Amino acid sequence: MALGDFLTLATIAGAILLLTPLLGRYIHRVMEGERTFLSPILRPVERLVYRVSGIDEAAEQDWKAYTVSVLAMALVAIVAGYVVLRLQDVLPFNQGGIAPMSPDLAFNTSVSFETNTNWQNYSGETGATYLTQAAMLAVRNFTSAATGLAVAIALIRGLTRRSSKTLGNYWVDLTRGILYILLPISIVGALVLVWQGVPQTWDPSHAVTTLQGGKQLIALGPVASQEIIKEIGNNGGGFFNANSSHPFENPTPLTDWLEIVGLLGLSFALTYTFGRYAQNQRQGWTIFGAMAVILLVGAIGAMHVESTGNALLPAGVDSAALGNMEGKETRFGAALGGLFMAATTGTSTGAINSWHDSAQPIAGLVPLFNMELGEITPGGIGAGMYGMLVIGAILAVFIAGLMVGRTPEYLGKKVESFEIKMAMLTALVLGASILGFTALASVLPDGLKGPLSAGPHGFSEILYAFSSQTGNNGSAFAGLTGNTPFYNVTGAIAMLIGRYGMIIPILALAGSMAAKRRVAPSLGTFPTTGILWSVLLMGVVIIVGALTFFPALSLGPIVDQLLQNAGKLS
Amino acid sequence: MTFLRQRLWPAIALLIAFTFITGVVYPAAVTVIAQVAFPRQANGSMLVVDGRTVGSSLIGQAFSDPRYFWGRPSAAGANGYDASASAGSNLSTTSKALIDRVSAEIDRLRAANGDAPIPVDLVTTSASGLDPDISPAAAEYQVARVAAARGVSVDAVRAAVARHTEGPLFGFLGEPRVHLLELNLDLDGLLQ
Repeated sequence: MALGDFLTLATIAGAILLLTPLLGRYIHRVMEGERTFLSPILRPVERLVYRVSGIDEAAEQDWKAYTVSVLAMALVAIVAGYVVLRLQDVLPFNQGGIAPMSPDLAFNTSVSFETNTNWQNYSGETGATYLTQAAMLAVRNFTSAATGLAVAIALIRGLTRRSSKTLGNYWVDLTRGILYILLPISIVGALVLVWQGVPQTWDPSHAVTTLQGGKQLIALGPVASQEIIKEIGNNGGGFFNANSSHPFENPTPLTDWLEIVGLLGLSFALTYTFGRYAQNQRQGWTIFGAMAVILLVGAIGAMHVESTGNALLPAGVDSAALGNMEGKETRFGAALGGLFMAATTGTSTGAINSWHDSAQPIAGLVPLFNMELGEITPGGIGAGMYGMLVIGAILAVFIAGLMVGRTPEYLGKKVESFEIKMAMLTALVLGASILGFTALASVLPDGLKGPLSAGPHGFSEILYAFSSQTGNNGSAFAGLTGNTPFYNVTGAIAMLIGRYGMIIPILALAGSMAAKRRVAPSLGTFPTTGILWSVLLMGVVIIVGALTFFPALSLGPIVDQLLQNAGKLS
Repeated sequence: MTFLRQRLWPAIALLIAFTFITGVVYPAAVTVIAQVAFPRQANGSMLVVDGRTVGSSLIGQAFSDPRYFWGRPSAAGANGYDASASAGSNLSTTSKALIDRVSAEIDRLRAANGDAPIPVDLVTTSASGLDPDISPAAAEYQVARVAAARGVSVDAVRAAVARHTEGPLFGFLGEPRVHLLELNLDLDGLLQ
């Protein structure tokens, strides 16, 4: 790692520190329906949306109604998306003979985008029409990100309201998240990306004769408008197969920097929003600290390891200066590849600027472990916050409570057996889906046909696929051939479990916490701010993750790295 | 019926509303502004020489003629540099297929350029398969060959390389790189 790489890290950290209070305060104002500087333009649009949809914005929902609304939206969006993918060949804006998706691929893709996963078993250039990209997939990028945000806000309301039956209104939270937060940032961000070279056109692919007289068909499209929401909404589904390594999605180091800040920005900002709701900013900054430390350790590790070359390459190749360049772009280099790898999996983004499959095995462990922690460092927009509050904070107060022998409290509310059951359920669902499906695919013939590599690296490819889909990340150890009925269907189920298997217990927990009274802090109350709490939080998160996944990680990336060190090829 | 009215109808109505707002109005508005403000970039940063489009400055092309600087191996499409099939090799660091491919690449480069150590980017595939750049070291490695093939001085070729070398932004962000298509156009005297 060179000095420049540390400066890059420092500028990104600085930008996040600056944005967190600004965005965090803004998100709080928007979600509580207060006036913002955009209200003169957006408030009439918002009111119109409610009027045509028959939504009463003043009517609050209890946790059951909130949950059913989330599920109803998912059902409608998945079915509608499936229909579009099956009919995309005959719908308008088919830029060049693109076929409909097969039933299992359409199911996987529709679930994938509605669950904020954006796992892609199709290739963007040849598998999706412009209509599919802009009017279906990009729309899901907005709705799924805003749904994650809405659920996080509902949980935060549940933790901070007193003796309340309700958590807010999902339809209103969803609408405000899209109109006031995601859309304005996307419009500005998309134009910055175009300025740097990202195309935004409805013209079909452009055929050129190259300098040496060859033919080259250059795929274009409305890329910028989709690229920006894919990053800030932590979706990650690329317009092109090569995702954010494609020069049209990520043309310069500046766009790379902006995309990393974009995919981290809103998720970190939610810690500040949490502080606003808790009326104690230290609550927010403490969680911010725990998230940032875990993310930074992984990022620096991956950047360092990728900056060293692949020792197995034949003599005569000079890797000392550039590092591990297989699957990396020249303009970003190996270190920025490692940084993007950590950031995209610490959040639930899953965009890539280098191929994780070609990373050093031990660097490939960073994205795997980030996803298996539940993507809470800082996680997807909303999804990271609710994951951290439940898998992290609720379990950590429980463990602290056990140590001092008192009923645990969080934000002045007692955490009782129902809450712990719900929190454990979210942690178990994650492990059961990832490990269960990985085990299934590792023994069934249909599963074993998937991996490109043999041995432990092949196992990593399977483990990565189900970690990524259950975690709603969507990045790939792309050696796996995923477009088969087996992987399309099991993957879609993993994504549904990973999304709604978390959301339902979390909203139940939120409803139960909302109804509680607040008790005054006493001498025996464990303070949930400060460094001690932050360390406990990190400890719980890492221990839960490591205990669940260490055996599987040993069989995959760890053995793989040991074999590489021993100079063994597979 | 209550479920239908209270839950499904808002879901259907909102999906339609947001398909219109974020799926039609938003991309259309961005397209209009982009096409007016940044027409070159919005249409793919195409390079036009004498009225003929020779490629995009952002998309790499295959070069094998000794008179041109060569780019990185590419896994995009069957023959590489297929700009409608971006892809990496996805080969793992311990893969025998990777080592065999790199060995073949080393033989090809040595035959044309001599026995100097080969910068690693020249034997590894990029992530997109469309990398438009090579490292300055990879350009330097090829300078003597290009100069000899063109019958010009090494210094003249080096000066051309320097004209198309871009450093990291603000001195630290990203890697130094040489824009290959622009460099080769310049060598042909086609760049205005």
